[in-house]
Amino acid sequence: MEKRLQGLIEDFKKNEGNIISLLQETQEVFGYIPEEAVYRFSEELDIPASNFFGVATFYSQFYLKPRGKNIITACCGTACHVKGSDRIIGSLKRELNLTGEQNTTEDKKFTLEQVACVGACSIAPVVIINKKVHGKMNSDKMAKELKALKEGENE
Amino acid sequence: MKKLKITIDGKTIEVPENATVLDAAKTAGIAVPTLCHHPKLTPFGGCRLCIVEIKGIPRPVTSCTTPVSDGMEVTTSTEQLENLRKTVLELILSDHPNDCMVCEKAGDCTLQELAYSYGIRENRFAGERRIYEKKDGNPFLERDMEKCILCGRCVKICDEVQGVGAIDFTYRGFKSKICPPYEKDLDCEFCGQCVAVCPTGALTGKQWALKGRQRGVREVDTVCSYCGTGCNITLHVKDNTVTRVTSKEDTWNEGWLCIKGRFGYTFINSPDRLTKPLIRIKDRSSSLNSSNGLDDIFREASWEEAFDHIASRLSDIKTKHGSDAIGGLSSARCTNEENYIFQKLMRAGVGTNNVDHCARL
Amino acid sequence: MNKNITIQVCMGTGGMAAGGFEVLAAFESLMREKNIPAEFRKECSMHKVGCRGLCAKDVLVDVITDDRRTIYQYIKPEMVERIIDEHIVGGAPVSEWEVDEDYHKFHEKQVKVVLSDCGNIDPEDINAYIASDGYKAAEKIFASMAPEEVIDIMKKSGLRGRGGAGFPTGVKWEACRKVEAGQKYVICNADEGDPGAFMDRAVIEGNPHAVIEGMLIGAYAIGASKGYVYIRAEYPLAVERLKKAIAAARECGFLGKNILGKGFDFDIKIKLGAGAFVCGEETALIASIEGQRGMPRAKPPFPVHRGLWGKPTVINNVETLANIPYIIKKGHEWFSSYGTEKSKGTKVFALTGKIKNSGLIEVPMGITLKEIIYDIGGGIENGKSLKAVQTGGPSGGCITTDMLDITMDYESLAKVGSIVGSGGMIVLDEDDCMVNMAKYFLQFTQSESCGKCVPCRIGTKRLLEIMNRITKGAGKQGDIELLEKLSNDIKAASLCGLGQTAPNPVLSTIKYFREEYEAHLQGKCPAKACREMLTYHIIEEFCKGCGACLRACPAGAITGEKKKPHKIAPEICIRCGACFDVCKFKAVGKE
Repeated sequence: MEKRLQGLIEDFKKNEGNIISLLQETQEVFGYIPEEAVYRFSEELDIPASNFFGVATFYSQFYLKPRGKNIITACCGTACHVKGSDRIIGSLKRELNLTGEQNTTEDKKFTLEQVACVGACSIAPVVIINKKVHGKMNSDKMAKELKALKEGENE
Repeated sequence: MKKLKITIDGKTIEVPENATVLDAAKTAGIAVPTLCHHPKLTPFGGCRLCIVEIKGIPRPVTSCTTPVSDGMEVTTSTEQLENLRKTVLELILSDHPNDCMVCEKAGDCTLQELAYSYGIRENRFAGERRIYEKKDGNPFLERDMEKCILCGRCVKICDEVQGVGAIDFTYRGFKSKICPPYEKDLDCEFCGQCVAVCPTGALTGKQWALKGRQRGVREVDTVCSYCGTGCNITLHVKDNTVTRVTSKEDTWNEGWLCIKGRFGYTFINSPDRLTKPLIRIKDRSSSLNSSNGLDDIFREASWEEAFDHIASRLSDIKTKHGSDAIGGLSSARCTNEENYIFQKLMRAGVGTNNVDHCARL
Repeated sequence: MNKNITIQVCMGTGGMAAGGFEVLAAFESLMREKNIPAEFRKECSMHKVGCRGLCAKDVLVDVITDDRRTIYQYIKPEMVERIIDEHIVGGAPVSEWEVDEDYHKFHEKQVKVVLSDCGNIDPEDINAYIASDGYKAAEKIFASMAPEEVIDIMKKSGLRGRGGAGFPTGVKWEACRKVEAGQKYVICNADEGDPGAFMDRAVIEGNPHAVIEGMLIGAYAIGASKGYVYIRAEYPLAVERLKKAIAAARECGFLGKNILGKGFDFDIKIKLGAGAFVCGEETALIASIEGQRGMPRAKPPFPVHRGLWGKPTVINNVETLANIPYIIKKGHEWFSSYGTEKSKGTKVFALTGKIKNSGLIEVPMGITLKEIIYDIGGGIENGKSLKAVQTGGPSGGCITTDMLDITMDYESLAKVGSIVGSGGMIVLDEDDCMVNMAKYFLQFTQSESCGKCVPCRIGTKRLLEIMNRITKGAGKQGDIELLEKLSNDIKAASLCGLGQTAPNPVLSTIKYFREEYEAHLQGKCPAKACREMLTYHIIEEFCKGCGACLRACPAGAITGEKKKPHKIAPEICIRCGACFDVCKFKAVGKE
């Protein structure tokens, strides 16, 4: 971890970086933004830790906790909405046993995210599973995809 | 600096070219309500109370952020503006505990004052409130974030004036919150500048709690005695007890104080405070490892006796070992005049140049 | 066997999702496998191209032989072999897979400027753009035009910002040109945040060099040496293509030091958004590029005077910039021959929702909504009837069926309480509840409010609370009037465009569909879309007793034996609608 943090700090100094780009790169490396990274950056770069926390909580892309192994991103754009994305999200939540604002399963195998719009409205509703875009989704197709993912996990 | 002519509520005035419309209103003697604005901090434009109408601009603009331009025509109060201000206030109060009865800030609160002057009683927009757990363990600052209106003054003073950045805006939208990183306990120098600029009861001094409201308080202007900076302070005195220390904006220190000046006043009425001179009756070595109380080591004396004692001991040393065997260290907590007299005493009275001062680092 | 064959596979985000990559791979491997002679293979080029609009029919494949272009729709990898055998080798197109009438109708009434090269050239190959007269506009201005002349052309063309506000581009440039400063910036706003809009993504994926060239021209006009593209991280393909394009442009000398040997320096950096809709607002965007929380600040001062790092900055939207090379090349008269008196040129719309041919369209300003819906869009899906069209996304409003003759331009849309906005156009049918729709948009804007100013932070929250209770059947008398009052005050008092426009969907739906709001206050959702106002029951004659609903019900409200009609206990039912969704036999009814 130490080595990777040092690398990020050096990149920052070299490329006239800013808090956002540093956090983006940190998340790229760790999958989320570890608290110790923030305090380390704050010390090395003489930027108050409060600024990092303020930025990290402002932008929805940043995660302060580790995410699940499989990431399912449901698009909630308008086109997806009118074509029933909330039903897909509802069934996903039930299948994954996610309640309230929880978005990662207890076993850390799945994270369900909702994004505003991925701009693939013609093939709405859209779900992105581990970076692959799936268009014209429905609860049935989703259940199949999920089943395949779960089987893959259990092997 | 170039002066610009602008008309505000029919009054034509001249203002410097870098002034804002709010500055201009002040110059013209027109009161415009604000919550987030602070004259010493960068403009924010978040509370929307200081909105005004400017000829040629289709929508109301915040006077605190809008620079003046030559020939500008400003109206600070219309039915629509007052209507919007009232809505804004109602919205703020719909997300506020409204516990003025027991709030430390009551009577000294800008929000309360505005709610009063706009006559807000029923709230058309009542709804969900932010509920936060109070968990600050520090001895100085009380943070009741449910009362925070997110004006950002505390964030800016901490950053722009103190250069600390202990807190920042976090999250966004209705969930926005001003807090230290990771919502931890405040870990800063506790200068209390944020408390001084907070327009509501969100930030108060823990020491002030239940020491009485501002009614019946006598304000005594004096100079802080903690260091040689000499900040002007105002003691809030109630029943002959100092209950709070503040500083006024028109002083040379611009109303800013540090932790000692602001919160270090409780010694005044402390039972531990020495109010009479003490003369040692046991020598130093025996007092160090004894379990004796103060009364066994020192005895109370009158000032005359104490001075006589000092004078005779110094004379003894001087006769026996010479003037340079004596040295004097004075204190930053003394005034210039006192320090002058002290060095005079050392040089002219004792006859040595061995004199120094704790702040001359 | 034909000579000179080109195969183009649509590979926008839509095309990729439908399997574009696999289709192209199938072509490549089958050509090799089938031992089609090498010399022929040399004559046959295979390209990926950007989006051509009609994503609903993806994967679209063009096979261009010497004399003719055949377009195939809905192509899957397993279909490739037959195309190779019959068409490429045999010379006879597979007619049953060719695009139908819809495809042609979809394109007939469109006028392509910004999208003219999208779908025809390989976006990852700068030479394809250059071959299509790319960077000719830049060469032209560097060779013979003063910055003021460029600005003059922009002003005469009448081009207005395509990001939503519609501010004249030339006027903006001129204002920035006039400010004296050592450093100026050009920013391309590619933070396309409106849900339901994807024209910027498609333009960058399909023709990134047009955007770069537009930025270069803008930089020359205002005197900027640095540019930024602020683009959403949710568009990975667009980001990748843009990166490649910038690198290629630098290599060819269109970016960097001493461009085209004329002593002008300009370079572009990409900044990735981090997921905040408000960053589409220019002052918030600037804050975000600087690495801060994207909280807008009050204007004036405007960015052309005090922008990025306090320096004069011009911010233009992707589509605006992509128009610019074509205007310079073809002249302002050509551009302004399209459109209405005050709205010139074309506009790209993302036509989505309950429409047959959903996709990206470019039409001349001033076309009627009717032409878009019925001629280009092919009408409503599944034989349903049109209810309304929402334009301008969460900042816009709706247009009703009796206003279909309205022309699409800034003025006409503003008149009916909507906006062109960035160009999202969502078609709604009889199954859509307008109150629910307005709530959807409000939910979005409320969750994206930055929290800086009171009217937006608390006001939109209160609006949403009222909308929530109305759609739950708990609305109170006077709620509609309260919504109107609060909406108008939020619009008037908010700091930035987000708050100033967030109540628009509410106001617009109240204006045109007040009776739907009133029905909700009476406890009814006429479109049967607001779940919490419905009751669910099982229609015995359709129920096969498969047990799907029983398993799906999270409340345990459904009972029944296998292969016998099930039952829903209304007192346990939480009205989540899960049973309705899973039932394959339409045996769950809702009232």
